[in-house]
Amino acid sequence: MNVMQKLLTALRSSARELGDAIIDANSTRIFEQEITEAEQHLQEAKVELTTLLAKQLQSEDELQKVQLDIKKHENYVKEALKNQNESLALEIAEKIAALESEHNQVKQTVVDYQSNTNQLKVLIQKTERQLRDYQRQLAMVKTTEKVQQTTSTISANFSAGNSKLITAKETLDRIAKQQEEEKYKQQAADQLANESEDKQLEKKLTEAGIIKNNRAEDILEKIKQSQQND
Amino acid sequence: MHIQDLALRFNNLLQHEGYEFDCQPIPGCPDVLQITVTNLDPLPIFLTITEQQTLCIAYLWTEEQIIEEHRLSLLESLLELNVPMPLSSFAKSGDKYLIFGALSIHSSFDDIIHEIITLHENALEATTALQTFLK
Repeated sequence: MNVMQKLLTALRSSARELGDAIIDANSTRIFEQEITEAEQHLQEAKVELTTLLAKQLQSEDELQKVQLDIKKHENYVKEALKNQNESLALEIAEKIAALESEHNQVKQTVVDYQSNTNQLKVLIQKTERQLRDYQRQLAMVKTTEKVQQTTSTISANFSAGNSKLITAKETLDRIAKQQEEEKYKQQAADQLANESEDKQLEKKLTEAGIIKNNRAEDILEKIKQSQQND
Repeated sequence: MHIQDLALRFNNLLQHEGYEFDCQPIPGCPDVLQITVTNLDPLPIFLTITEQQTLCIAYLWTEEQIIEEHRLSLLESLLELNVPMPLSSFAKSGDKYLIFGALSIHSSFDDIIHEIITLHENALEATTALQTFLK
């Protein structure tokens, strides 16, 4: 099970309360310890690789020297044969044989060093990849925990303080409510203004004698007219 | 940047490009800051720093504020909006839906301010867009 699957299982667990550790602290510590140890091993492996590479270079250098020495002695043999000094040529040839034996040994050492350094390089690359993966996984677990803890602390803090954690939805609802209140206030203000304008006009019309404001007199006049008509 | 340094920077900041900020540590959780852009609609942004990133979080709505029959459509819409939305992503923690921005711990103070303002705008815009799925 990879770390994401583990996180999902832990997060979906109905038994789990918000704020509980996703992965218990002990496991996280063990994981961190593993990372620290892997980092140490990696550092040691890099030191070892440096030493091996130095030795490989040294052996390659030695191999080249032996090759040059063989070449030089081969020329000596040719020179001795040219001077018809067979016994000296034989002596030099024995030296060449010894040098060739040394050459084979050094060559084998170089091959061994090359093989070891290659293996170590592969191992280091693999460990580095694994370390990066461990660090990524640990970061994922820690971030999930941090967000859970943060949410839990914020929620607890707001409920303890008798205030509410404001969500964007609530902010929008409040804005909509304020806008609605403003709209009604504006409507009421408009209505009041209209009423006030109507009253002022009525007052002016009454003062000019265009409309009469005395309702009782109007009613009495109406009844009198109705009696006359009867 | 350490969280306390960040709190000091915010408290010393009078305004940034016309925005004004209020920054308070959350009691009992000293590594979380509550930042409010005081001259915008009130929506607190919570900031915390982990080992690898600086996280800015705003809460969108809770599970109980979702209209049950629209839940699936809402979740699909969140996934669809996740990529086009600049600098922020949707997430869920417990019963709370949230929007967050993750920055490198080496981000500058200006980058963090930019993230907070963007997150504030994204939170209200996304909630407005998804209002039909909410009670």
